[in-house]
Amino acid sequence: MADPTTTRTAAEGDQRADESVGRTGSTSRGPASSTRRRRPSPLRRSWWGYLLLIAVGLVFLIPLYMLLSTSFKTNGDIYSWPMKWLPSELTFENMREAWRIAPFGAFIKNSVIVTVIGATLKVVLAVFAAYAFAFLPFPGKKWLFVVMLGALMVPGHVTLLVNYITMGNMGLINTYAGLILPGVASAFGTFLLRQHFMSLPAEVFEAAEVDGCGHLRRLISFTLPMSIPAVVTVALVAVIDEWNNFVWPLIITNSVNMRTLPIGLMYLKSNDGLTNWGVLMSGTLIVVLPMLFVFLCAQRYIVSGLTGAAAGNGR
Amino acid sequence: MSTSPTAPERSRKEAPTSVTSLPPLSAERLAARRRRLRRGYGLFALFAFPNLALIAVFAYWPIIANLYLSLTSWDFISPEPLFVGLTNYTSMLVSPSFHKVLWVSLVWVVVVVGISLVLGVLLAALFSKKLPGTSVATGIVFTPHVVSGAAIAVVWLFIFDPNYGLARVVFNLVGADSPSWTTDADWALPALLIVSIWKGVGFVSIVYLAGIQGLPTDVLEAAELDGANSFQTFTRVILPLLSPTTFFLVITQTIGAFQAFDLIAVMTNGGPASSTTTLSWFIYEQAFSRSNVGLSAAAGTVMFVILMVITALQFRFVEKKVHY
Repeated sequence: MADPTTTRTAAEGDQRADESVGRTGSTSRGPASSTRRRRPSPLRRSWWGYLLLIAVGLVFLIPLYMLLSTSFKTNGDIYSWPMKWLPSELTFENMREAWRIAPFGAFIKNSVIVTVIGATLKVVLAVFAAYAFAFLPFPGKKWLFVVMLGALMVPGHVTLLVNYITMGNMGLINTYAGLILPGVASAFGTFLLRQHFMSLPAEVFEAAEVDGCGHLRRLISFTLPMSIPAVVTVALVAVIDEWNNFVWPLIITNSVNMRTLPIGLMYLKSNDGLTNWGVLMSGTLIVVLPMLFVFLCAQRYIVSGLTGAAAGNGR
Repeated sequence: MSTSPTAPERSRKEAPTSVTSLPPLSAERLAARRRRLRRGYGLFALFAFPNLALIAVFAYWPIIANLYLSLTSWDFISPEPLFVGLTNYTSMLVSPSFHKVLWVSLVWVVVVVGISLVLGVLLAALFSKKLPGTSVATGIVFTPHVVSGAAIAVVWLFIFDPNYGLARVVFNLVGADSPSWTTDADWALPALLIVSIWKGVGFVSIVYLAGIQGLPTDVLEAAELDGANSFQTFTRVILPLLSPTTFFLVITQTIGAFQAFDLIAVMTNGGPASSTTTLSWFIYEQAFSRSNVGLSAAAGTVMFVILMVITALQFRFVEKKVHY
């Protein structure tokens, strides 16, 4: 990496040069237009950029294409060499076989229950806690807030063992409550929503206070409607986390009928090395498609939410 | 993190009080105010305590209890954990197999974080050129981040199938046979590293892209005016200016890489011959396959300490570098 001190002075020098251009009368468009003139036509300049972009796209699309195509290929197509890129015929036999081998209906039901209830609870808890931290008084509130944020630094993997024991003491192993409960506390969601609530215009709340609105009314009629994007972001991150969660459902459930979809896949994977790829891929498709759909519909929220959540260790 | 939220909070708190305290405060007004404040306390407790209680039970308590369990020997079944002092730690310290676990974890973290960051910043530079189709491409590279790790692991198991997988196509291109990746002790770890990088690099590139788009344009234009070619601009101007982003990514990606689990669990189960047993897999395996609660807890404490040190480093670096 370049020496920071030299680059800093260079950057400052450039800035000064830029300013002097502005001062001597030419408009701020000056430097931009001159660079545009020097730049060759974008297509000639960037043909390699397009090639790279396409190559990168393929690196990420081909595995997803393998997943999709293998799900609907016949075994004859899957187990032939050279590889058949296009299926010679489409079949739903893999899907049917996956359902025969494992109770996929139960897996889907469990995943939907855990995701919907877990994400809903997480959002509701975060909204109320965020409102409290933003607007309500409490002795030592700032200290409590720091304690809450500290949870972001606790690595989730280290909590698995004790949480399992705690759930065991509460008799919640292999139950929906056991699946959902440890994941619904949200430090990151509370933090994000609190920051958003506090950025809302104070006049609205003063007007509501003058009108004699209680806090619950203020939360539901004023704060939430003005915070829909932030709430949607927190909700989508929660949905993705719950749906994809692997290690906690693996530990806390022990009967086939309580497994969630990602764990359910393991029942399609044989351990003797002779995997039926078509069946396994069609099961995997069921796990992947809902989140792909959610992502396609709400890409912007999800990208901003997940890049923010990275700071929070998934809490 | 804790200083920035307090500033707006203070200004907001002062605004309403200054409005209400305009008339002189009589005794009954003061009493009413105190009542309202106390009702506020109750409401705060009602609103915030469920969340705080869950955080206490499921995030803070485990760290304390884990520390205690690490000093015991227990198998989940016997009525009481047996206190054994530091035995778990000393046995790990002298055990070659645990040294190997730490080594595999180190390789995992360094390779995954290092390559993800290098490829990620290059991808971000490509995306920042804003060629047509870039937004589609960014969506595509980000996709693995929203998809179940277990599902991705299964897809790549198929790709790594030595007889019918895509890896065989690639190896045949150079006239070689595909190794039997996940069942070969030499190839299993590289296979996992490839998948881990494939899953994470898109995310890294999007964070870097946001960093690049946030750079002051006048600096970049000035560099171009000074005759810097795009390679010089990238290495001398963009990369140094991105150092806060890089620090953020190094820390968060390291924390994530240490806890990698899904891919290992689905693709190799820590094998063959422990060649893919990372600290995270060791913690799981000792507790839930072998019922060595004490040893698992001790390994968990090791992980906790490592990650705390890294987080502390983050704060020191951020303090030094964020106002770069």
